[in-house]
Amino acid sequence: MKIAVCVSNVPDTATKIKIAAGGKEIDKTGVTFIVNPYDEFAIEEAVKTKEKFGGETVVISVGDDPNKEIMRKALAMGIDSGVLLKTSETLDSNGVATLLAEEIKSGDYDIVFMGKQSVDFDSSTTGQLTAQKAGFNCVSVCVSLEFDGNNITAEREIEGGREVVKTTLPAVITAQKGLNEPRYPNLKGIMEAKRKPLAEKPLSAPAPLVEVVELSLPPAKAAGKILGSDASAVPELVRLLREEAKVI
Amino acid sequence: MNFELTEEQLMIQQTAREFAEEKIAPTAVERDLKEEFPHEIIKELGELGFMGMMVSPDWGGAGLDTVSYALAMMEISKVDASVGVVMSVNNSLVCWGLEQYGSDFIKDKYLRPLAMGQKLGAFALSEPEAGSDATNQHTEAVKTDGGWSVNGIKNWITNGTTADYFLVMAQTNRELRHKGITTFLIEKGTPGFEHGKKEDKLGIRSSDTCSLTFTNTVVPEENIVWEEGKGFNFAMNTLNGGRIGIAAQAAGIAQASLDAAIKYSKTRKAFGTEIKNHQAIQFKLADMAVQVEAAKLLILEAAALKDAGKDYTTQAAMAKLYASKAAVDCALEAIQIHGGYGYVREYLVERYLRDAKITEIYEGTSEIQKVVIARNLLRG
Ligand SMILES: Cc1cc2nc3c(=O)[nH]c(=O)nc-3n(C[C@H](O)[C@H](O)[C@H](O)COP(=O)(O)OP(=O)(O)OC[C@H]3O[C@@H](n4cnc5c(N)ncnc54)[C@H](O)[C@@H]3O)c2cc1C
Repeated sequence: MKIAVCVSNVPDTATKIKIAAGGKEIDKTGVTFIVNPYDEFAIEEAVKTKEKFGGETVVISVGDDPNKEIMRKALAMGIDSGVLLKTSETLDSNGVATLLAEEIKSGDYDIVFMGKQSVDFDSSTTGQLTAQKAGFNCVSVCVSLEFDGNNITAEREIEGGREVVKTTLPAVITAQKGLNEPRYPNLKGIMEAKRKPLAEKPLSAPAPLVEVVELSLPPAKAAGKILGSDASAVPELVRLLREEAKVI
Repeated sequence: MNFELTEEQLMIQQTAREFAEEKIAPTAVERDLKEEFPHEIIKELGELGFMGMMVSPDWGGAGLDTVSYALAMMEISKVDASVGVVMSVNNSLVCWGLEQYGSDFIKDKYLRPLAMGQKLGAFALSEPEAGSDATNQHTEAVKTDGGWSVNGIKNWITNGTTADYFLVMAQTNRELRHKGITTFLIEKGTPGFEHGKKEDKLGIRSSDTCSLTFTNTVVPEENIVWEEGKGFNFAMNTLNGGRIGIAAQAAGIAQASLDAAIKYSKTRKAFGTEIKNHQAIQFKLADMAVQVEAAKLLILEAAALKDAGKDYTTQAAMAKLYASKAAVDCALEAIQIHGGYGYVREYLVERYLRDAKITEIYEGTSEIQKVVIARNLLRG
């Protein structure tokens, strides 16, 4: 089986985000970038799938030199090789998906794993767009996966429950938390990662269809309210939760 | 001079940090309280390669440098110094010594499973009457049918109740004094070999320490490590490198103390402001940060010298002397910054102090480190 996993780098979730001058980008100085957490499930599933069925695994990322660092982590976790689709331009989801789909079509892949969303811009569309452009089937928000030859049975997480779907290869699977437990790269894997091939393909990106007009930080959290310290506060708490917060 | 870590060293540090936070931290408090050995954690660390970090892949190890080892030791010990000492003993006292001085037979049979984390090792030099003065060995081995017969008592042995393989120093020729000491590899369960009950310790309570007794314990000739009469050199050379591991354990505790103190000083209010705004607190934090940084630099220098094949005896002793003092000082200051909250279990810093103290005692007390440093200064 030829298996791809697509990864993006996102600011470490502990980062205090600042907006850069111009108001359309975040300020990247001093920010550590990590593998998008949902992509870790995708990497693990790619490695597991190869362990089960044999074949070859490739990690693909769209971006610039800093992306190589997160690709090395995928290689350390057991992926065989990498392809960096190199561009310094800022892309929208459509741009990323266009570049990924071209690489996937030309690489003759059977299955592509991606995270269900990246935790920076959260648009949750790249996987589905890539599948469409590559002419692959797609299962998104996947929490379990079984193969039977070319047939796939997958469970998806949906609002309030789970949905079981069937499709066939070639397919794009977008991973949700729960699909597996990502392994730690072992020390041998870390040392082997630097010897694994990591190709670069300079590309120019298609013009974005969506333009960022402005970024702003969420409003500061309002101070909490203390209604009392014993049971007599409960009725008022329930009333506020129902009428003001509208959560019950 | 270049202070940058390589991409691999950074990834190893990061992996150790994530593993420590996700897999070790959640049970650290309870294991300390109940004196429970971290069996599952050690098994997983072994599978990832952390129990034989510096051993060549030919013998099942990860083939890494001492710098990577020191970085990993700091990360693990930052979260739990008990796990740190188990890892340190296996890596630097047992695996390193066997790889340097063991026969191919010993490397294949014993080093390989130790380096792969399938078996655990212990290092038995100290005795009731032989601590700082390790030349005063009472444990004795005499030639017998089928090998050597060992008799004697070892004290304070880390991994004593949990290890599979023990490196035991014993006197084989009393007239030659320390040149008549030999190292034997003795398997758990060998007839006549028993361990005492676990010591009830101030700190590193999740690691086990106990005495060992040998009564006519027969060890085959091929289980001599290096050769007859080389046991004292074996122990001293091994402890030289071990000090880098223990220094890193201490630096981890010092870093944890500093991190806890910074965090607390930002939330606790006194006299209408967070205590971080009081200059007295700021000065404590600054002093702690300097100690942590200086300790790390000494450790990395000793490690880099070792990796370069140069003499690192003095630097390793300096690193251990300095880092262990930094650990105790920083843990004390962290408690002071926490006030009353620092004195109770809930805030962790009291454990940092209990764990820190041992780093000034084992693998050579601080006084002995000074003896080593001064001897090298005054030589020639
Ligand atoms: C938790 C724990 C784990 C241990 N693990 C191991 C292990 O795995 N393997 C092992 O072999 N040992 C182990 N030890 C033993 C440890 O290495 C010794 O306790 C240490 O070397 C000190 O020896 P001692 O306790 O006999 O003290 P002593 O040697 O009796 O020292 C008493 C005091 O005198 C000082 N002193 C002694 N000689 C001099 C001198 N020449 N100049 C100045 N001051 C001096 C010492 O610094 C110390 O302050 C462990 C100990 C503990 C507590």
